[in-house]
Amino acid sequence: MKTYEEEVKTFSWEISKKELEYTDGDVINIGWYCSDRICKKGNADKLALIWENAKCEEKKYTFNDIRLISNTIANFLKNLGVKDGERVCLFMDKIPELYIGFLGVLKLGAIAQPLFSAFGSESLLTRLEDAKTTAIITQKKHLPKVRNILEKMPYMKYIIVVDDDGSKPLREREYALNIEKEKMIEDFEIFPTKAETRSVLHYTSGTTGKPKGAQHVHYSLISQYISSKYVLDLKDDDIYWCTADPGWVTGTSYGIIGPWSNGVTQVVTEIGFTADNWYRFAEKQKVTVWYSAPTAIRSLMKEGTAVVKKYDLSSLRHLASVGEPLNAEAVLWSQEAFGMMFHDTFWQTETGSIMVSNYPGMKIKPGSMGKPFPGIKGTVVDLRTFLPIEKKGIVGMIAIEPGWPSMIRTYWNNEETYKSKFKNGWYLCGDRASIDEDGYFWFVGRDDDVINTAGHLVGPFEIESALLEHPAVAESAVVGKPDPVNMEVVKAFIALKPGNEPSKMLELEIMNFVRKKLSALAMPQEIEFVDSLPKTRSGKIMRRLLRAKEWGEEIGDTSTLENDM
Amino acid sequence: METKDVILEYVRNEYLEDGDDREVTYDTPLISGGIVDSFSMVSLKVFLETKYNLSIPDAKATPEAFDSVNNIITLLKEMGVK
Repeated sequence: MKTYEEEVKTFSWEISKKELEYTDGDVINIGWYCSDRICKKGNADKLALIWENAKCEEKKYTFNDIRLISNTIANFLKNLGVKDGERVCLFMDKIPELYIGFLGVLKLGAIAQPLFSAFGSESLLTRLEDAKTTAIITQKKHLPKVRNILEKMPYMKYIIVVDDDGSKPLREREYALNIEKEKMIEDFEIFPTKAETRSVLHYTSGTTGKPKGAQHVHYSLISQYISSKYVLDLKDDDIYWCTADPGWVTGTSYGIIGPWSNGVTQVVTEIGFTADNWYRFAEKQKVTVWYSAPTAIRSLMKEGTAVVKKYDLSSLRHLASVGEPLNAEAVLWSQEAFGMMFHDTFWQTETGSIMVSNYPGMKIKPGSMGKPFPGIKGTVVDLRTFLPIEKKGIVGMIAIEPGWPSMIRTYWNNEETYKSKFKNGWYLCGDRASIDEDGYFWFVGRDDDVINTAGHLVGPFEIESALLEHPAVAESAVVGKPDPVNMEVVKAFIALKPGNEPSKMLELEIMNFVRKKLSALAMPQEIEFVDSLPKTRSGKIMRRLLRAKEWGEEIGDTSTLENDM
Repeated sequence: METKDVILEYVRNEYLEDGDDREVTYDTPLISGGIVDSFSMVSLKVFLETKYNLSIPDAKATPEAFDSVNNIITLLKEMGVK
């Protein structure tokens, strides 16, 4: 493998296209590239997925299996009447049908819309309503959340249940699909998607308004394939473990597309996080490449190195991390615990693939995000002029020169916000960083009120809106509070309506109210009852002040403040 | 009702969706079984603190300590709850 410096000098996206045997103008379908192509290259019998359920029972799927099953799912959807370009939501836990169904949706030419299965009905409705999704593939356990909102979704025509056992009758618009019982479809006529055909729609939260649907296209494969190979260092004989859920972009870009387009075996477990569970899984599966998140790494760190020594993790050869900045202590701890450092990577839902990383072989500066991927021109720009900052060590906004293959093409129904992301010829990431004298990027923080909790972006507006629906809540403000494991957690400041008194029981009731409505991620981990919230003279709640208080920062200009904090 | 039944009932009511017919017993893995995730664990902690009028230190509120009703009972006993 070339060094980072050599690769930067010679890199071109044409290398990726050549390896994928793709020429501009050809049909390019991610579903085909991740299954049929690998079979055609002689790896039909190679394992694509080893999956373990919460009881540690295993199922194994070869590349031929995922080819046949994705054909079968695509055919099932087609027979129902789902057309190319329609949005098909994948709303499942980390089960095989989620991973393989994703390919099936793409083979049909439909748009895959994965949503985190822990979402409550309201979070689900917001995203399905925006995309006018016509089909949803789900499990029995999540069906009640869909049924709760079905009356509000006249556009939703097909609800496909992958584990229906016939014990309770399905209702109107509901269909059973059991991949173990369906007749496998050997030949499915894959929709001839082209480079700019829409592929995946991932929803991401912003400071204000509803979550935005980041629209990607099949051409994103060019970035995802080569960055998996170069940054995650995937090789033919690897056993790869990406711990991300495909409800989020890491789980699709590097939990499905990256490994499978490279023909690499991946392992997935449904089991919840504990240090023992995860080390046991890595040992049992002989994981070689592990792509995880800082929150998980810091949780493992809390458990110490003694527990690591109980397991044989000698198969591990490359570790990488994504979701939020990985602090230097965690990088150094991983050297002590595993004999190698985690390689931090930086990218976003909108970028579709890794933008900045600690490239294999490159000297790691613990705590740094690394350097731009070869082929990516990244910098930091001045927050007012949007001109690149030439001086080293000065904080600006991370900016990427547009044009890489996996770049977002628009926000669904929201071209205006999409356009606002580009200034002076740069795509603005919304994160602040500085660049040192060696060209390494150093993360400083978000440039907005979005909360990054355990690597997931949560919009304060959505939570505040949900809080206001609670009968005791008069007004609320939601901010990120520093947390040693999750980086930030959701904290809510709440003023109660007259007749309600703050109590621990009410705090619990409000927490559960938000958890069920939105998701556990959005549930305030802490609630502070206040008499009133700081507002501007025009009545706008000043989240900035509350956030500064939590972070122990200067509160800055308060000249527009209406009342004291 | 015994403490372990109070907790079991709370878990069933709060963390299983209506229509989710998974069996939850005193030994069912809650965290590793995906019934209670790490974020929801905070609400379970607040429930225990409120119900039994105690404060569980963060160091004791680990995924292992919350991984089953029986584990929670062990933790509560350590903290003096009968």
